[in-house]
Amino acid sequence: MNGYLNKIIPFSSVDGPGNRTAIFLQGCNFDCIYCHNPETINHCINCSFCVKACPVDALTINRENRQIVFNSNCCIECDACTKTCHRNSTPKYKVATADEIIKEIENYRPFIQGITVSGGECTLQAEFLIELFTKAKEIGLTCFIDTNGSTDLSQQEKLMNLCDGVMLDVKVWDKERHKKYIKADNEMVLKNLDYLVDCGKLYEVRTVVVPELFNNEETVTNVAHKIKNSTARYKLIKYRHLGVRENNLNLTTPTDHDMNHLERLAHEVGCFNTIIV
Amino acid sequence: MTGVEQIVKDKTLTFEQKVVALARYAENSVEVLNISEDTQALREAGIICDLFEGNVPYRPRYILPNYEKFMKEGCKFLQLDPPTNIWEATNYLLIFYKHVPSITTMPVYIGNIDYLLEPFIEDEEEAKLAIRLFFTQLDRTITDSFCHANLGPKATRAAKIILEVERELENAIPNLTLKYNEETPDDLAIEAIKTALATAKPSFANHNMFTEDLGEYGIASCYNGLHAGGGAHTLVRMRLSKLAETATSIDDFFNHKLPHAMTCMADYINERIRYIVEESTFFETNFLVTEGFISKDRFTSMFGLVGLAECVNTLLKAEKLEDKFGHSQIADDLGVRIMETMEAFIHQFESKHCKVTNERLLLHAQVGIGDDINTSPGARIPIGEEPELWKHLKQTARFHKYFPSGTGDIFPFELNAVNNPEFILNIIQGAFKEGMRYFSLYSSDADVIRITGYLVKRSEIAKLDQGIATLQDTVVLGQGQVRNGKVYERKVR
Repeated sequence: MNGYLNKIIPFSSVDGPGNRTAIFLQGCNFDCIYCHNPETINHCINCSFCVKACPVDALTINRENRQIVFNSNCCIECDACTKTCHRNSTPKYKVATADEIIKEIENYRPFIQGITVSGGECTLQAEFLIELFTKAKEIGLTCFIDTNGSTDLSQQEKLMNLCDGVMLDVKVWDKERHKKYIKADNEMVLKNLDYLVDCGKLYEVRTVVVPELFNNEETVTNVAHKIKNSTARYKLIKYRHLGVRENNLNLTTPTDHDMNHLERLAHEVGCFNTIIV
Repeated sequence: MTGVEQIVKDKTLTFEQKVVALARYAENSVEVLNISEDTQALREAGIICDLFEGNVPYRPRYILPNYEKFMKEGCKFLQLDPPTNIWEATNYLLIFYKHVPSITTMPVYIGNIDYLLEPFIEDEEEAKLAIRLFFTQLDRTITDSFCHANLGPKATRAAKIILEVERELENAIPNLTLKYNEETPDDLAIEAIKTALATAKPSFANHNMFTEDLGEYGIASCYNGLHAGGGAHTLVRMRLSKLAETATSIDDFFNHKLPHAMTCMADYINERIRYIVEESTFFETNFLVTEGFISKDRFTSMFGLVGLAECVNTLLKAEKLEDKFGHSQIADDLGVRIMETMEAFIHQFESKHCKVTNERLLLHAQVGIGDDINTSPGARIPIGEEPELWKHLKQTARFHKYFPSGTGDIFPFELNAVNNPEFILNIIQGAFKEGMRYFSLYSSDADVIRITGYLVKRSEIAKLDQGIATLQDTVVLGQGQVRNGKVYERKVR
């Protein structure tokens, strides 16, 4: 079956253990106010606004089916297309089969210990992940998932059997703020947190620290408490402006002092496997 | 002003550097070698270059003493008994190093230092202090970063302590290599990567590949694989980039220019060897030979080359990146053809004093010198034209097998790689699986960086830029490479 792909990064040092090929899928059911890759949120509807914006004619319209055609050889990665897009999407997404992706990964295989699928929200394409992971396992690669936790992983037995570890985003503990700034409920996220701790597949929890919007102390303390007896690492990520949409609030990057304070809170409840990035 | 006075009055040279420069000046005031007119013409054209070895070869360029023998038996000439504890071990080694000649006048190989010190480690705290003093003295007194120590491949307490100490000291000297294979445990390799991110060393050597090619070996100077208990009489290099400019076509290059230049250079290497072995008295009188720390029969010599990339690009008249070496299959295949041709020549050319390599020379990917312009080290892809890392590694790996006496590539990583050193280990493991021989890394914002094969502090180059003398003679070489070789512009991974 086909997967909707945003991009593949051959070598990644930040998506799980060792060197991994990171596969970003297109489409997300959250809409975080500080999203760092908003062009991954929606699927392209071929509205073609971006075609005019491209300064090097890497985008054209197929007259027959009105689909946008992307020529990666011309692309200079200026991001004019995604900046122009009104729908938080990209004309550069690809539709690819698991076999096609595996064929590309073969190039990187000597140098990686596995793959990590991210997004967007990769678990929205769970059937595709099952096929991709099955084939990746056949060539000896480990398979990790980076998820926003919105789908019930406890009901995805087949996928979880193939998956070696999960990186789970816990953006904010407070339900109302989650709804307000993430545009979705966090009940399933917290259920997944418990499930992943119990089944031993939680590799890492990630919290982006945004000083103005969230009670980060509450989030960090609660998450740290949940994972303190597991092998999971808690990654505290500084909010940065890079890639975020221009129409949001003037959010500030937390200071080292803020981050160290949050890390100390995690340590205080007994979670010592922490990292600040 | 005479040349002697110029040296004496140079404000950027230390006293020690002046003494060495004056000795070189004296050596170069006479001509004792038989050099053919054709060879001389190629030397003057900058195609054959002996790297300023001097006109009267009186010691081998690279010497790799058998330090294990010294630790077991001591040394009569130096009146030293075998060491009995960590203080004697480190002290006696420092004494010994003082008396190991080389082209730089300072030792270019100081042993598999972890294995040498391991038997003397009783109390780890005490050992750490001794090792810290030992490495500090090396940095301050062997003032030349071609001085090279080896570690591994097996784990020892000494290796762990050395890596910790080097990470703390952040010195440029000595250069360090971890011999790496499946016997090297991950935790030692990870410690090595952490140290490399802090201070640009150790590099990783593909131990199985070197062992297969050389047997008992050590890594000396930049990344030179040579026989332990022996070394290399000389290293002369061919500047392929310049040679290509003299060719009228690819056929002319392969049929005339390259064979002629190779013959001239190999004859010149043999002449240099002849003088060292047959006339200089080194192999009859030096205590390293008479006491068996080195043997004449464990020496070979190095047939170096630089600028393969530019050579290929010139021959193909490649202007666009996609047509150049490192990016085009045609260009890379032409590079392989040149290497196959050079290897075939080396295999049939006799060099009678190179007993350990069956009377043959060894190919070497020379790292370049500060004066080189538009000439990349060995078979490297030029700085500024590096492809994606996985492509770069696969391309590079095609060329490493031709260079048993050393080649390598250098990759700066972003500092955040320190959060996931296993990331770099996986890349090194993959690179070795693909056939890479030698892999160096450093962090993009560290003070100590790898220039081409040796290490220099950015802060020391900045001092020299202001006309202030610097302790180590290699800083001036680094300064040249930064100016001409775009070293600061390497692609960060």
